[in-house]
Amino acid sequence: MTKPKTLFDKIWDAHVVKQKEGYPDVLFIDRHFIHEVTSPQAFDGLRKRNIPVFNTKRTTATADHNVPTKDQHLPIKEALSRHQVETLRKNCAEFGIELYDLGHPFQGIVHIIGPELGLTLPGMTIVCGDSHTSTHGAFGNIAFGIGTSEVEQVLATQCVLQYKPKTMRIEVNGNPGRGVLAKDIILYIISKISASGATGYFVEYAGSAIEALSMEARMTICNMSIEMGARGGLIAPDETTFNYIRGRKFAPQGEAFEQQVKQWKQLKTDEGAAYDKVLTYDAADIAPMITYGTNPGMGIRVTDRIPTAEELKEISEKTSFSKSLEYMGLEPGTSLLGQPVDYVFIGSCTNARIEDLRLVASIVKGKKKSPNVEVWVVPGSKQVEEQARKEGLDKIFESAGFELRSPGCSACLGMNEDKIPAGKYCISTSNRNFEGRQGPKSRTFLASPLSAAAAAITGKVTDVRELL
Amino acid sequence: MSKEKFITLQSTAVPLAVENIDTDQIIPARFLKATTREGFGENLFRDWRYDVDGKPKAEFVLNKSTFSGKILVAGKNFGCGSSREHAAWALYDYGFRVIISSFFADIFKNNALNNALLPVQVSDAFLKNIFSAIEKNPSAIIEVNLENQFVKLPDGAKESFEINPYKKACMINGYDDIDYLLSLNSEIKEFDLTQ
Ligand code: SF4
Repeated sequence: MTKPKTLFDKIWDAHVVKQKEGYPDVLFIDRHFIHEVTSPQAFDGLRKRNIPVFNTKRTTATADHNVPTKDQHLPIKEALSRHQVETLRKNCAEFGIELYDLGHPFQGIVHIIGPELGLTLPGMTIVCGDSHTSTHGAFGNIAFGIGTSEVEQVLATQCVLQYKPKTMRIEVNGNPGRGVLAKDIILYIISKISASGATGYFVEYAGSAIEALSMEARMTICNMSIEMGARGGLIAPDETTFNYIRGRKFAPQGEAFEQQVKQWKQLKTDEGAAYDKVLTYDAADIAPMITYGTNPGMGIRVTDRIPTAEELKEISEKTSFSKSLEYMGLEPGTSLLGQPVDYVFIGSCTNARIEDLRLVASIVKGKKKSPNVEVWVVPGSKQVEEQARKEGLDKIFESAGFELRSPGCSACLGMNEDKIPAGKYCISTSNRNFEGRQGPKSRTFLASPLSAAAAAITGKVTDVRELL
Repeated sequence: MSKEKFITLQSTAVPLAVENIDTDQIIPARFLKATTREGFGENLFRDWRYDVDGKPKAEFVLNKSTFSGKILVAGKNFGCGSSREHAAWALYDYGFRVIISSFFADIFKNNALNNALLPVQVSDAFLKNIFSAIEKNPSAIIEVNLENQFVKLPDGAKESFEINPYKKACMINGYDDIDYLLSLNSEIKEFDLTQ
């Protein structure tokens, strides 16, 4: 009998072109996504070496990080940003790569469009010059972020050189309580294992609480794998996965699809396969979560107090802890409930899919935002935006005083026009609360779309369960 | 394409005893708009180095004339967060050739190695020794020997570090991964057809 394998090992092993003693594995990449920020230097490399793209059909491009979310039909105002997007256009035309540019009906945040177009499928290897490529792992594939030198490797050879990471299984069982979303589950996990706790590992999420999630919620979970240091995270595909993929634009259709499903059903970890590490959590312990510090591991249940330095496990973390609280303008040992916020950002590859927007709308319907907050709702893609309008969510947002913008990364990363001003507090559905992430000196509270919506109504950090 | 070769380095070092330094701190997103690899050093640690008006912050280590050198010594989990290779480019462009920490984030480590910037992982205890050696004497010369894989302090204290043999050979010879991958072109083409 062959040795039982984890799902991760099965997919990895099936993609190794060459293995050589002392060398990293040569890993074949099925699907490559690129965007304007991390690709220009890679194309330059191809030009310098005078080589073409290895297989243009395996790469798809979009513009998302450095684009405005207002007046997208007009030329980009800021010269450097405009140049970067134009460079992407020029490179895609020159090398023959499909580009979903601003204004295209498929444009959007790279990790949102891949799945919604059926480009992201089970069993694949997927890379992108962006750490949240882990999002795609929700479909049962190996997806991870790479640097620009590696983008060049993939363009040139459709392969990357990689060392096989260790495997970790994170199981969440049971029923999460009221008002607890996938975002809360993952923020809870990260708060338990820290921002570096999974470095060197590839995570498989499992357990009844994970299986019960929709595809969009599973994407939220896998998306934040990188925030605990993991290369990526994946979830074994099941009927939920197949139903999501069925009929998507670039997915196999008809009989071909049914054949694929038969193969995809094999994509699971064998009974008795060994992981390097296994962690188990009870969903009942999870409540709506919020971060108080400047890395995503600094999260608490919204009803808990911020810890004090004495309560920290590792003494070495104390300096970083005080520096972090000072940056945030918060006191150790206090509660965040009632803390006023200035901005609410609903968007990013973590939480800007249609289900997220529906959840937000379900809470704000018929209500108005608090006058002290500015609220931005930034859909993850053109298709999400269209769908939201079709369902009349735009009207709900409008009458609540929320601003519905055009798709892009927006205030997730403080690169484009959308930035949170210095010293202001933003409750955000994105994935990083690093110093200055949303703009110089901006202060971020990471939370779920429901918690963000609740704060939009009350103007302060709120336990969303009070509004349900 | 050949890169700068790295065999051994003796230099003073710059201490930055902060943990979890993410790539957004190393180079904030708003400075990622360039389409070339050069010039990012100017904005290295931008928001720690300069205030909002662009004035240097005297208390930040890169602005202190006491400390300089080609080695940056930093707290654990260096380079976490965004995969931006610009972080490695910025450190290199500024003049660093070695980063010493007790733990590195995965993607950053790869990015650094792909850009002739050597990430050296030492134990927590040895990291502490390095910090105190620099504190005691900012002109302390630290030796980073890639060939024999050790870091040595002026008092003779030494610790060895690990590096994958393939990556070590690339650093020492100034090769990069694409040279190797391109040599496998026909094997990869065949593989592609089976997918
Ligand atoms: S939304 Fe944020 S995290 Fe996601 S790809 Fe864009 S910048 Fe990166």
